[in-house]
Amino acid sequence: MKFFEQLGRYFIFITQVFRKPEKSAVWFRQFVRELQTLGVNSVGIVILVSIFIGAAITIQTAYNMDNPLYPRYLVSLTTRDTLLLEFSSTIIALILAGKVGSNIASEIGTMRITEQIDALEIMGVNSASFIVSPKVFALVIFMPVLVIISIFVGIIGGWVSAILSGVVTTKDFVYGIQLEFKPFYIPYSLIKSVVYAYIIVTVSAFHGYYAKGGALDVGKSSTKAVVHSSILVLLFDLLLTQLILS
Amino acid sequence: MISVKNVSKSFENKAVLNNVSADFEPAKVNMIIGKSGSGKTVLLKSLVGLHEIDSGAILFSGIDFCSLKVKEKAKIRREVGMLFQGGALFDSATILENILYPLDLFTNKTYREKYQRVKFCLDRVNLQGVEKLYPAELSGGMQKRAAIARAIALNPKYLFCDEPNSGLDPQTAIVIDKLIQEITYEFNITTVVNTHDMNSVLESSDNINFIHQGKSWWYGHKEELLNTDNEELKQFLFSSEVMRRIKR
Repeated sequence: MKFFEQLGRYFIFITQVFRKPEKSAVWFRQFVRELQTLGVNSVGIVILVSIFIGAAITIQTAYNMDNPLYPRYLVSLTTRDTLLLEFSSTIIALILAGKVGSNIASEIGTMRITEQIDALEIMGVNSASFIVSPKVFALVIFMPVLVIISIFVGIIGGWVSAILSGVVTTKDFVYGIQLEFKPFYIPYSLIKSVVYAYIIVTVSAFHGYYAKGGALDVGKSSTKAVVHSSILVLLFDLLLTQLILS
Repeated sequence: MISVKNVSKSFENKAVLNNVSADFEPAKVNMIIGKSGSGKTVLLKSLVGLHEIDSGAILFSGIDFCSLKVKEKAKIRREVGMLFQGGALFDSATILENILYPLDLFTNKTYREKYQRVKFCLDRVNLQGVEKLYPAELSGGMQKRAAIARAIALNPKYLFCDEPNSGLDPQTAIVIDKLIQEITYEFNITTVVNTHDMNSVLESSDNINFIHQGKSWWYGHKEELLNTDNEELKQFLFSSEVMRRIKR
C-alpha cells in the first residue's frame, strides 16, 4: 500500500513540477545555473570514469581473446560497442545518480527543513516548478552531451591502454573501431540517457521535496534518492533495450 | 484585518487547534502567545495556507482565504510577508538575490528600480554593505534583518513572524522587536507575531492572543496581561522568578 501511496504522490509532484513557471526570465536564469551545476560540473568525473572504463574493457577483452584465431581488431570493436550500447549511458547514469542525485536530494531536503520551500510558497510561487523544473530540463539537455563525451573519451582510454599494454596495434584498433559500425547505436544510447536524466532528477527531487525532520532525515532522503534512481535506471535499461533493440 | 473563525486542525486524529477564533487588526502588532506545543505555530502556518484547516474560516479583509482557488490564493500571498524562525533565506543566493527574488517574480520594474528597492529595504532594516554576501556569512541577527527586508520587499499588507527572536541574544532580540513594530506602524501592516518571549510581548505587542491546548484562551492588551485572573495564563506568565518579581 505504501508503494502505491508513494507512486501517487510522485505523479502529483510531477504535475506540479511541469506547471507554467511564474516568470520565464527568472526560470531561464535558474536553468542556466543548473546547466552549470548539474551538467558542466559533471564533465570532469565523466571524463575520468570513461577513461578507466574504456581502458578496462580493452584490456579485459584482449585477455579474454588471446586465442590466435580471433583477429585483434575485435578488441576495439567490442570496446566501441560496449561503450555505445551500455557503459557510456548506463554506467554514467549510475555515477550521476550518486553525484547529481544526492546533491539534488540534499539541496532540496535542506531547503524543506529550513523552511526555504515554505518561504517560496508564501511568496505565491509554485515551489516544485520553481526549484525542480530547471534541474530536469538542464540535465535532460546536458546528459546526451555527457554521453557523447564519455563515448569519445572511453574509446581514447581504450586506445591508450591498448598501446601501453601492447595488446592491440593502433592500426588494428582503428580498423576495429570502424568495422561494422551501426550508426543507430548512437541515438539508442542518447535516448536512454535522456530517460535516465529524467529519472535521476525527478526521483531525487521527489525524495528531497518531501523530506521531514532534521539533518539525519535529509541524509536518509539523499540515500533513498540514490538507491531508488539507480534501481530505476537499471530497470529502464532493460525495458528500453527490449523496446528499442529487439 | 485578518479574522479567524472557529478554526480547527488535527494531525492524524490528534486535535491541535480546536475552534480557535481571533481578530488581527491592521497597523498593530498582534501577538500569539502560548506554551510550546499549544498550537500557535500551526495557527500561524494555517493563516498563511501552509496547513489546510479542517473546519472554520480565515478571512483576509473579508475574503475567505480557504475557499479560494490556487491562483486566487497566490494573489493574496503576494500581499503577505513572512519572517521564519530560522530566517529561511535561500542559501545558494546572495542577500541581494534573496531580496530580488520576489521583485523579479512579481513586478515588471527595471533592474535599476528593483536594486533601489532592495537598497531601501536593507537600509530600512539597518543593513548596509551585505548585498554580495551569502546568508551563511551573516550573524543570526543580521540574517533575521535580511529576512525582514525580503518580507517587506513587495510592500506587504500582512506580515507574519514565527518566533522572530529565537536564537538571538536579548539585545539583538530587542532590535528585531523594535524593527517589526516600526515597520508595522510605518507601512500600516497587519502584523501577526508568534512568540513565547515575554520580553517581546511586554515591549512591543498591541494585541495579545493566548492559545492554550489548541483553544483561544485569553485576548487582551499588554496592560491587562500582568493583572489577569485567568489561571492558565497566570501559570504561563509567572512560571519564571523574573516575571513573578515584575508582578510584585
